Order: sequence, then structure tokens, then C-alpha cells
Amino acid sequence: MTTQSSVEIGTEWGIVSARQAGRELSKGLGFSSVDQARITTAISELARNIYLYTKNGVIGLEVVNDGHRQGIIITARDQGPGIENLRDVMVDGYSTSGGLGAGLPGVKRLMDEFDIQSNPGEGTLITTTKWLR
Amino acid sequence: MRIPILKLGNYLLISIQVELDDQTALLFQEDLLNKIHQEGSQGIVIDLTSVDMIDSYIAKVIGDVVEMSNLMGAKVVLTGIQPAVAITLVEMGVSLNGVQTALDLEQGLEKLQQELEG
Ligand SMILES: Nc1ncnc2c1ncn2[C@@H]1O[C@H](COP(=O)(O)OP(=O)(O)O)[C@@H](O)[C@H]1O
Ligand SMILES: [Mg+2]
Repeated sequence: MTTQSSVEIGTEWGIVSARQAGRELSKGLGFSSVDQARITTAISELARNIYLYTKNGVIGLEVVNDGHRQGIIITARDQGPGIENLRDVMVDGYSTSGGLGAGLPGVKRLMDEFDIQSNPGEGTLITTTKWLR
Repeated sequence: MRIPILKLGNYLLISIQVELDDQTALLFQEDLLNKIHQEGSQGIVIDLTSVDMIDSYIAKVIGDVVEMSNLMGAKVVLTGIQPAVAITLVEMGVSLNGVQTALDLEQGLEKLQQELEG
């Protein structure tokens, strides 16, 4: 597994850079235009959450190969406030910022695998994968 | 970055050709509402043909600008939403409820004309 890139999300420009990096990587790997949109949208949601809810964090993009197929793993890591109740934030429409509350549940549906780990006071790590069909 | 707003009779035409970062989206919201006020525009077409990704934040900004324009008495039609964008929006559960759409600019203008001129 090789890290392809990581983008610091400290300002909203980081959101744009992260999704551009995701667009290029997924295009280069041969993902369909719909999957490219799913991947860039997922990156944008995760990056925006880092921007909105934490001081800073990093979006990582990796290419993986499980022996049968290639995929992209997106990681979103921050040392922010963390999330108290993981079940709440996965409910459609749940938002503490007046947002649509569609980000995390949406990312889970757009991608093939989704994992979230968070410790209040320590931060959050989200790992999500899309496989090339 | 400012998104240009073109005036065509009673209508305003906007074609979004730039990467929609948050600043640009919010500035556009303000610019459009001011322009509607200045020009007394009744119909607006926002063309999204070149937009290859709409996340939930941008969707909210677009939904809000449509609602705000409606409040001011102007009708908005969104045109040219790409297949990949339509698919991701629905999968995300972001349904842009009550927002009028059309395939392209031309059909968007026709739709406005039908609604406004009967
Ligand atoms: N990285 C994070 N750190 C802390 N809280 C988060 C983080 N990401 C999301 N959250 C919390 O989860 C909620 C739901 O997030 P999301 O589904 O993206 O919807 P929205 O951003 O529209 O509120 C947010 O309102 C916020 O309270
Ligand atoms: Mg969010």
C-alpha cells in the first residue's frame, strides 16, 4: 500500500485541493465518471467536516490492490473534539451546524466500505474505500 | 472569483464555469439577489453543465438561493445537471425539493417563458 497523497485541511482551499487530487487519482485509475463524482463528493464532505468541526486535519488518498481489484482508500484524520455519539451522526439530517446532515450517511452510501472511529477529546478517523469495478 | 451574471430582457442567465468553492458560492448568492433586486428580474436560469461535483454544502447554497429568489418574486430553473451529479445527489439523499430543472439552457428559458408569460 503506497500513500498517493495527503492534503492538509486548514482552510477551505484545502477542501478544493483534496477533491481535485481525488478527481485526478480516480480518473487515472479508470473509475467511471459516476464513481469519480462519488469519490470526489465523499472527499469534499469529509474535508468540509474537518474544516467545519476541527481546527485542522488531513485527507489521505491511497491506491490499494487486494489481489483481485484496485481501489481508492480515503482517510480523514483530525485531532478535533471527536464525536460523542457515533450513531447520531450517521442518521440522515443530523447536524449540529445547521447543515443538511447528509455528509456522513451520504459518504457511507457513495462508497463501498466505511469505518468511523472517534474518541471525544482526541479526534476522529474515518476510512472509506471505493473499489474499481 | 465572481460568477458572471448576464441579463437577457427580464431574465438573468448564469453559467457556472468555475470550481465552486465556498467563497465563490456565497458571493454568487449575494450577487444574484442584488442583481434580481436591481433589474427587477422575473426569471433566472442557472446552468450547471460544467459542474462535475455538488456536495451537500453546495447543494444547500443552491437550494437556498432558489428559495431566496422565490421570496423576491423571481422563478429559478436549474439546467444541465450532469448524470453523475444527479446520481450522487440522490444517493446522498439531497433532493433539492421543489427546485425546477430543465435539460439545457434553451429548455430552461422555454420553461420560464411558459410559466411567466402563460
Ligand atoms: N471530524 C469531525 N469532528 C467532530 N464532529 C464531526 C466531524 N464530522 C462530523 N461531525 C459531526 O457530525 C455531524 C454530522 O455531520 P454530516 O453528516 O457531515 O452533516 P453536516 O456537516 O451537514 O452537519 C456534524 O454536524 C458534526 O456535529
Ligand atoms: Mg458535513
